[in-house]
Amino acid sequence: MGLIEAIILSVLAASTPLLLAATGELVTERSGVLNLGVEGMMIVGAACGFGGAWLSGSIIVGALCGMVAGILMSLIFALMALGLAVNQVATGLALTILGIGLSGLIGAGFVGERITPAPHLHIPGLSDIPLAGRILFGEDGFIYLSIALVVGVWWFLYRTRAGLILRACGDNHISAHALGYPVLRIRLYAVMFGGACAGLAGAYLPLAYTPFFIPGMTAGRGWIALALTVFASWRPARLVVGAYLFGAVTILQLHAQGAGIGIPSQFMSSLPYLATIIVLVLLSRARTGGSTAPAALGTVFVPDR
Amino acid sequence: MKRTLFAAAAAVLLAGCINSGAWAADKLKVGFIYLGPVGDLGWTYQHEQARQALVKELGDKIETTFLENVPEGPDAERAIEQLVRAGNKLIFTTSFGYMDPTLKVAKKYPNVHFEHCSGYKRDKNMSTYSARWYQGRYIQGQIAAKMSKAGVLGYIGSFPIPEVVSGINATMLGAQTINPNIKVKIIWVNSWFDPGKEADAAKALLDQGADIIMQHTDSPAAMQVSGERGKLAFGQDSEMIKFGPKAQLTSILDTWAPYYIERVKAELAGTWKSEDTWGGLESKMFEMAPYTNMPDDVKKMAEDTQAAITAGKLHPFKCPVVAQDGKDVECKGGDHLEDTQILGMNFYIKGIDDKIPGK
Repeated sequence: MGLIEAIILSVLAASTPLLLAATGELVTERSGVLNLGVEGMMIVGAACGFGGAWLSGSIIVGALCGMVAGILMSLIFALMALGLAVNQVATGLALTILGIGLSGLIGAGFVGERITPAPHLHIPGLSDIPLAGRILFGEDGFIYLSIALVVGVWWFLYRTRAGLILRACGDNHISAHALGYPVLRIRLYAVMFGGACAGLAGAYLPLAYTPFFIPGMTAGRGWIALALTVFASWRPARLVVGAYLFGAVTILQLHAQGAGIGIPSQFMSSLPYLATIIVLVLLSRARTGGSTAPAALGTVFVPDR
Repeated sequence: MKRTLFAAAAAVLLAGCINSGAWAADKLKVGFIYLGPVGDLGWTYQHEQARQALVKELGDKIETTFLENVPEGPDAERAIEQLVRAGNKLIFTTSFGYMDPTLKVAKKYPNVHFEHCSGYKRDKNMSTYSARWYQGRYIQGQIAAKMSKAGVLGYIGSFPIPEVVSGINATMLGAQTINPNIKVKIIWVNSWFDPGKEADAAKALLDQGADIIMQHTDSPAAMQVSGERGKLAFGQDSEMIKFGPKAQLTSILDTWAPYYIERVKAELAGTWKSEDTWGGLESKMFEMAPYTNMPDDVKKMAEDTQAAITAGKLHPFKCPVVAQDGKDVECKGGDHLEDTQILGMNFYIKGIDDKIPGK
């Protein structure tokens, strides 16, 4: 296996949990809800995903358990932030703290256990093509699923009426409400979708990346996913670019160190966040083009009845 | 994170209030501050195992409390202070970064005794304890040089602090006794605990031609990757053979229980005093996991080296130690480097083609 191919494969694997979680958060934020609990939903998804796979012996069952766990976590958020109109930032942060504790509790029973990681695809002929074959047809299913998911989200947001309504809720919930759309219900679905994606992203870690569960194993990936959503200026296509860029920075800095290239590793580790700040500055300075945040992002909506 | 801390601290405080009743009055309270989750399978896990052994041994005389996931730095001070207020009379703070916070709290509460792991600042009511892991790394270096076909070792570092740097040097000093041209590739992940990143670092090292993985981080991820790729690796802190049955050569096992039991007994007997304990193989502050996945002659060599170090016949940092610039390092300890030189080590030895980050 050539070094380039090895690097690309590592980048794909490192980017996938970021892409999955950020896709979910993008939809949530496009509906006008800021859920900072991604890290918490991810880690609970990781614990439940591993538990499901360990008990059932099936990676697919594990992935589903992770998604359901993510949805349940997001429902707690929805109850607080949508149902009771509590401050979204505070609720999201609380959700993360809850998730970290809860995942340790759920996972306590199977810390130290191992499973067989998600199998890699093998399509005779196609997977054996040098370089491209292994990358396009020979990795675990999650990687291809994450790409399909972003394409699906893009199509939904920009090519369907439902997607247009969802964006309308995010940009101006009062108008959307006046037009008779059920803003809170739409937001609930968006939050649940975000939870499912975060749960799946979390489950990816113990199911395919490192096939065991350890408390705290998401190690801040949920926060990177949040930064990524901003970096992508809430657009699916940019999200793909950003996810692979963030993944590439992580992997390349490791390779640069191994090869003895003298860039301080501390600086390289902080690059994704620096990049996010730079993009934010560029966005705010751009007069035209460049989509900015959904106008109603993070604001509480209480329908007047 | 802060909030968990507050919550945990509040819980401890509450427990302290309840426990101050007469029914628990005569039990000695012993507190522990942990860096990671108790289930990290590495550093914190080993401290927790030792705490459990302590409870098993002296459970009828003591009562223990621990706070996990306590971040290093100023936040730790609050956590330590809460343990004090909850009535703990002996407190173990188990990570390097708790050094200054522990010292600060120790000055404030002269009647409480503190035990800080792996630091160098002490006070009349604050002891330090650590293990001479570099001895184990020297043995690992020799095994690695014997087992490596490529002559390239892969080393995953956490942070470039002296303990980690001296570990790299000890490894290379051991390896150079077998193969003077041995190379090492070093990757810093800037974290003690990030399984995904540790796995990525292991992959990067293997992809770049290293065929033995050594780590100074806390999760078994690198071991798992090495096993999956059919390569060899060394565990860290705890037994990791479950994650690489065909990969683990050995592992440095932190065995804190004897020390914890000894110190608590001293506290119970009223003979506790501030000390600096830096134990090695000879005092069983750490142990080597069984030597596995290697031929008998390599195993024999490892056991001989271990016996020589244990008997005090071999010092991994025996003089002359040659620094990267080709000059001999000043030999302050007679025929080997002095402890302070090892504890403050901030240079690489000759044969490492790399630079310590930030230097």
